Parts: sequence; C-alpha cells; structure tokens
Amino acid sequence: MTTGEPLIVLDGVNKWFGPLHVLDDVSLSVGRGEVVVVIGPSGSGKSTLCRTINRLEPINSGTITFDGQPLPAEGKPLAKLRSEVGMVFQSFNLFAHKTILENVTLGPIKVRKEKPAAARERGLALLDRVGIANQADKYPAQLSGGQQQRAAIARALAMQPKAMLFDEPTSALDPEMVGEVLDVMTSLAREGMTMVVVTHEMGFARHAANRVIFMADGQLVEDAPPTEFFANPRSERARDFLSKILTH
Amino acid sequence: MNVLIDKFDVFAGGFWLTLQICVLAAIGALLLGAVVAVLRISPVPPLRAVGTAYVNIFRNMPLTVVLFFAAFGLPALGSNADFLRIPGLDAIFSRLGTDLPYFRFGLIALVLYTAAFVCEALRSGVNAVPAGQAEAARSLGLTFGQNLRHVVLPQSWKASVVPLGSVIIAMIKNSALVGFFGVVGDLAQTADQLTSAGGYAFIPVAIGISVGYLIMTVPLGALLDRLEKRQAVAR
Repeated sequence: MTTGEPLIVLDGVNKWFGPLHVLDDVSLSVGRGEVVVVIGPSGSGKSTLCRTINRLEPINSGTITFDGQPLPAEGKPLAKLRSEVGMVFQSFNLFAHKTILENVTLGPIKVRKEKPAAARERGLALLDRVGIANQADKYPAQLSGGQQQRAAIARALAMQPKAMLFDEPTSALDPEMVGEVLDVMTSLAREGMTMVVVTHEMGFARHAANRVIFMADGQLVEDAPPTEFFANPRSERARDFLSKILTH
Repeated sequence: MNVLIDKFDVFAGGFWLTLQICVLAAIGALLLGAVVAVLRISPVPPLRAVGTAYVNIFRNMPLTVVLFFAAFGLPALGSNADFLRIPGLDAIFSRLGTDLPYFRFGLIALVLYTAAFVCEALRSGVNAVPAGQAEAARSLGLTFGQNLRHVVLPQSWKASVVPLGSVIIAMIKNSALVGFFGVVGDLAQTADQLTSAGGYAFIPVAIGISVGYLIMTVPLGALLDRLEKRQAVAR
C-alpha cells in the first residue's frame, strides 16, 4: 500500500502539559494510503498525538512533517496545511447554527473559494455517500449522533484532504450507531485514504488497519501489523491492556 | 406638581439631549467594545495583552474619574475632540458640532468606560460557543477572521444580547453624570437647573427626571426579556 516517501513523519516529538509529559520522544511515519490505528489506555497521549499532526496541539520539541513540509507556525500557511488534513472529533463539533449541507460546504466555499453551486453539488454527493443526503437541510441538533458523525466525516472529506485524522470518532456514540460510522471509515480505508485513527474499536483495528500503534504513558510502545499485534503483543503493557479489554 | 406641566418643554429637552448622548455612546461603545473583544481573544499574545490592559483600566476606574480625565485632561492636552464633529451626524446630534466641547468629552468618557463592559459581555458570548466548533473550523483551514465571522460570532451573538442589554441600561443611567461635567441641559442636569435656578420644589422635579430615565430603560429591559424568552424556545 505504501508508495514513495511517507506522508506524515513525526520525529522525536515531545510535549508537556505543565509537568505532565504527554508525548515522550515519539517518532512515527505514516505512508501514503496507509491506515494507522492508535490504541492505548486513556491518558496515554494518543489523542494528543493525533492533534499534533495538524497542530491543534503545538509541540515542545521534535519535528513533524506533512507531505515533505515541516508544519508551519500559526498563520496562513498553517491554515492551508490544515485544509489538506481532514479531522473528525469525538464530539462531532458540527457548526450548530448551520444546516448539515452548510457545514459541509463552508470550508470549500470560504477556504478553497469554490463556487457555492459547485460546492453544494459535491457536498450533496458526499452526504449521499455517507448515507445522510436526506438530512441535508436539517440542523445538527436534529440528527442522531451517528448521523452527526457521518456529517462531520463528509465535512472533512469536502476539503479533498490528503489524510484524515480521527480522534476517537465513535466514543461518544450509542452502541447501535457505532457500526454506521465504522462502515464509512472502512470504505474510506479501502479507497486508499491515508488515515490516523485513535479508537477503542478493536474490530476496526483488526480488519481495516495496516498497522496498530500501541501507546502508554506518552510513549509509542508497539508498532505492528494488526494480526501480529493482537495475536502476539511483545510488551507487557500491551498484553495487560489487551487482556483488560478483550476478556469481556 | 405643576412643574411637570409648566416646564414640560425643559424636561422634554433634557430627555432628548440624554437620548442623543446615549444613542451615540451606545454605538461607539459597541464598536469599540467589539474591537477590544477581538483583541482579547486574538491568537497573538501582544494584542491580547492590549485588550486585557484596556479592560482592566476602564472597568476598574470610576466613571467619574474617566469623566474628569476627559473634561479636564483633554483640554490640558490641547484637544477639543474635534474629530467627533462628524459632518452629517452633527446635523441630527447638534451638540456634536458645537464650539463648546463638553458633549464630546462626555461622549468619549462614556464610550471608553462602557466599551470595557461591552467587551466582556461579547467575550462571555464567545465563551458560550463550544470550543470544539472553533477547533473544527480551524481544522478545515479557516483563518482566525473567518472563524469569528462564520462560526463563532453568529452563535455568540445570541448569548451576548442579554448581558449587552444590561450594559447599555447601566450606561443610560451612568449618562446622568455627564450633566455635571459641563453638558448643560441633559436630563439629570435639568433637575439642578429647575431646583436651584428655577426655585421649584425638589421632589416633583426628581419624579419628572426619574420618569424620563424610566422611559428609556424600562422598554429596553422588556425587549431583552422578550429576546431571552424567544431564545429559550429556540433552544
């Protein structure tokens, strides 16, 4: 799946929240078209890792390069980079005062300066693709959690990003809605989208990931293909983690 | 109580002058307050510091002192605040254009003082918008300005309207001070004129003045109550 130079490279990344060392010398590279799932106990730094890639969290030391370019500092170049990296949040974060279709078209119209009619047409196609075209004119609060998250995925895809970051996309969902969101993510993965997915969905990690990253205490502890990781975790901490979540 | 009828024109004139200064000060304070609020939430630390310093100074200083600075400090610096003689505007608000600068000084003080409170009311509205939405907007590549314009402000406005209204009501009441800083003939100073110069009994005059202020503030309060109820339904 991986071709050419990697799309995302983290090298020796450190981050502190006050005295808390949330990312401890993390190095990671993600190839084009690769799907990397990040798992680990809560507080292990996996969400922070995900958020550093589009600089929603600035880092204290180390380097992050995206598509061959180091992450720029705050300003226009950073806004441009962010427009090329889609992000999906745990709490959806749809714009509450805009309809679903307006949510999806805001970025293309304001950032990419696309014509509204063209953006709407593509927005509707994306909503259709995630299965909520009939909700286009509703407001986020009128949708179920699963529908909102699919709308948020469509909003990120509308920017035609080079990579997608998912920060625990199903953690805030009722159990019966997890499947519909994972289905959309799985189909994206099959189409070759580069994805970094922080999740607790081990099923998704098994069947959709190329690699599984296990994090604990801010460190990247394991990096292995899913079959290898789940069958034969090398570290004690990963074995402990898996035994806690897979016994039920 | 005859003074209310006999001197109705004096009360009406005072009411009109107070209304003028309040309308102008409200507009000025909303504009300046919005600028200061943008500074205070800006991603650039020096701009944030300027905004914070502004609020700390003008929110924590008595309005009387601000008025002293405007009425005595500006002339000492050689300014008659002539920049407020805005052509066209001074046709409606005639005192803006007069040679006597005290209306302009009073206006400046009210605007500077009230803008600090406007800023905080606007900012409380911004804080009411879930931070995740601003993050989502940033992650789409929207700039700070686009984020404010398309995502944050349209939503924060709803949460700001009621506290902003309270700020403006307080400003209308505070405007009563300008009459004692050379703005002859505003509603509050009218009382002084009628009692000490005109020899009228104090209580009827005070009642007349109070009614004048209530005519401005009570409808504004009622309007805010209605807005608040409508928002509760929308939520």
